[in-house]
Amino acid sequence: MRVALFVTCVNDAVFPATGVATVRLLERLGVEVDFPAAQTCCGQPQFNTGYREETGPLVRRTVRAFEGYEYVVVPSGSCAAMVRHHYPSFGTEAAALGPRVYELTEFLVDVLGVTDVGAYFPHKVTYHPSCHGLRMLGLGERPRRLLEAVKGLELVELPGAEECCGFGGTFAVKNPDVSAAMGADKITNALSTGAEVLCGADNSCLLHLGGMLRRREDPLRALHLAEILASTEEEPWR
Amino acid sequence: MGMPSFPKAAHDAVGDTTLRANLRHATHTIRDKRARAVAELDDWAALREAGKRIKDETLRRLDTYLVRLEAAVTAAGGTVHWAADAAEANRIVAALVRATGETEVVKVKSMATQEIRLNEHLEAEGIAAYETDLAELIVQLGEDRPSHILVPAIHRNRGEIRDIFKEKMGSWGRPAPEGLSDTPAELAEAARLHLREKFLRAKVGISGANFMVAETGTLVVVESEGNGRMCLTLPETLISVVGIEKVVPTWRDLEVFLQTLPRSSTAERMNPYTSMWTGTADEDGPRAFHLVLLDNGRTDALADEVGRQALRCIRCSACLNVCPVYERAGGHAYGSVYPGPIGAILTPQLRGTSSEIDASLPYASSLCGACYEVCPVAIDIPEVLVHLRERVAEEGGSGHRLEKAAIKAASWILDRPNVLAAGERLASATRKVHPKRLPGPGARQWSDHRDLPELPAEPFRDWWRKNRS
Repeated sequence: MRVALFVTCVNDAVFPATGVATVRLLERLGVEVDFPAAQTCCGQPQFNTGYREETGPLVRRTVRAFEGYEYVVVPSGSCAAMVRHHYPSFGTEAAALGPRVYELTEFLVDVLGVTDVGAYFPHKVTYHPSCHGLRMLGLGERPRRLLEAVKGLELVELPGAEECCGFGGTFAVKNPDVSAAMGADKITNALSTGAEVLCGADNSCLLHLGGMLRRREDPLRALHLAEILASTEEEPWR
Repeated sequence: MGMPSFPKAAHDAVGDTTLRANLRHATHTIRDKRARAVAELDDWAALREAGKRIKDETLRRLDTYLVRLEAAVTAAGGTVHWAADAAEANRIVAALVRATGETEVVKVKSMATQEIRLNEHLEAEGIAAYETDLAELIVQLGEDRPSHILVPAIHRNRGEIRDIFKEKMGSWGRPAPEGLSDTPAELAEAARLHLREKFLRAKVGISGANFMVAETGTLVVVESEGNGRMCLTLPETLISVVGIEKVVPTWRDLEVFLQTLPRSSTAERMNPYTSMWTGTADEDGPRAFHLVLLDNGRTDALADEVGRQALRCIRCSACLNVCPVYERAGGHAYGSVYPGPIGAILTPQLRGTSSEIDASLPYASSLCGACYEVCPVAIDIPEVLVHLRERVAEEGGSGHRLEKAAIKAASWILDRPNVLAAGERLASATRKVHPKRLPGPGARQWSDHRDLPELPAEPFRDWWRKNRS
């Protein structure tokens, strides 16, 4: 099977390890991965901030970049939700991309039909379900089922898991106090679990939470789900 | 309006640990109870869809249903007045009260009259308006503003309420009993005694309504305390001020909302008091009944294809109770009688987006979607927020011209992968000298609370080129 990787702009520039992990994971599962270099950004930050006109070229670029692929895999619930829910308002061509885009855990569970991806990660982990993956995509138990099948991993429940972390794209900049208060509460909850790793399936939330964690110097780090799933006994991840 | 923008108003609330603790406790308690009450019904999804459809159908033919309502109210002995805006509604109500010769009125909690600032207008006309909903009474005595749709005094704790009662009740009527404690029972009894005197004396009552049934001209108020029923039945003249969107075509339609409203708002299967009144009746209830139908921006909202869904709102406040932003910022930060997620989309539509506060409201959300999930009439609040952001950005008010230029520049780069790659490469190559905290708008605010991530040695697209292509 051949798929196109939609790495997302945040992963490309700031968290390339998530892209590398996604490639390794998919290849380990027998999937052939392409990276169409014409891709950049899905346009979500512009769209959600109210700049629809400026979003148009990015929508058209993304649609063109993934032309001809039956499966487009993206390690971000937020970007997948943008394509699936908002692209239809940019015309029929844009609407046609939605059904072909799969958030990573959807692709693994629904298309490949696996929950045990053969990963090994001997750490205590708590999972933050990002709002867009949770509510717009309805990822449900998929990420948890994948994590539960990881050898050596102890999954601990995050109190208030379904509450927003406070990132919200430009919200974090436009409403810095409220955003930081939400993030601080999320981190307090994560620390209360005693986990070593705060895992998520969206690096945008982890950019925000990870940044707060680094400032606080707590013994908890933020890590993308793909990096945990890519980790094996032969090739442990970081 | 002279109100500060949402982020400025939220700044102080976020730092007020007592307020945040009060709000957190109250909203989490009610949201958990609501979830249980909703889960009891196996047809909740169908009820939600039915409520949405009834409201949409009503809004689509609002003129027809309002005319039908007017005919039914008139036939039942009531008088209907049409008010285009707040000033007209206030003039009508003041004239109606003056015609009775009275100088005081009792009120059952009504958001419409708060929206038009009726109490202030009546006061200027020499008419005293007494709020009788317990939470509204607390707000009024405390010379305060409401901060929640259902629990307007949610920001006050028991100690504060006792102090307000002790200090202020005497100047409004019967004073608080000597040695009043802060136990709920004593506070409720003090309010009961204070209000009973007003109910028995008042000749004019002013109310809002949760619903108006077009087919019979019946108005409906749902409440928990029974104080509203006192206001509706004891006075000689009853004046109801109601937004035009509150009409429903038939009793059959009403049935849906009498199921969804109490479960969504107070997590009760049924609210304790449901009062319904139709015109006037001989020797029972008010002898004169006036209905003031309020537009005040509603037809403007109706004209907006995306925004009009906000008019479906039945004021249950479920969206406030799940909103992480409301929980931290508190209701006052929204600068309107309608706070929380629904306020963030309703207020800018009713008032326009020219003031600082109204232009900032569409951004007072992380778009997490929890509000949409709980809304009993399925208002897609995040969709309307983004739609209103487009309006604000187009109008290009304070800061948005600069932002638009930045967004345009970013989009230009993002539409050119080679330029983007060069930029990423440059950022990665210079990463060792990047400061942890940045100057400049946005970047400074970001790094006030968080460290920026250390950029990678190479962007993903370079890794791919070296390792896979």
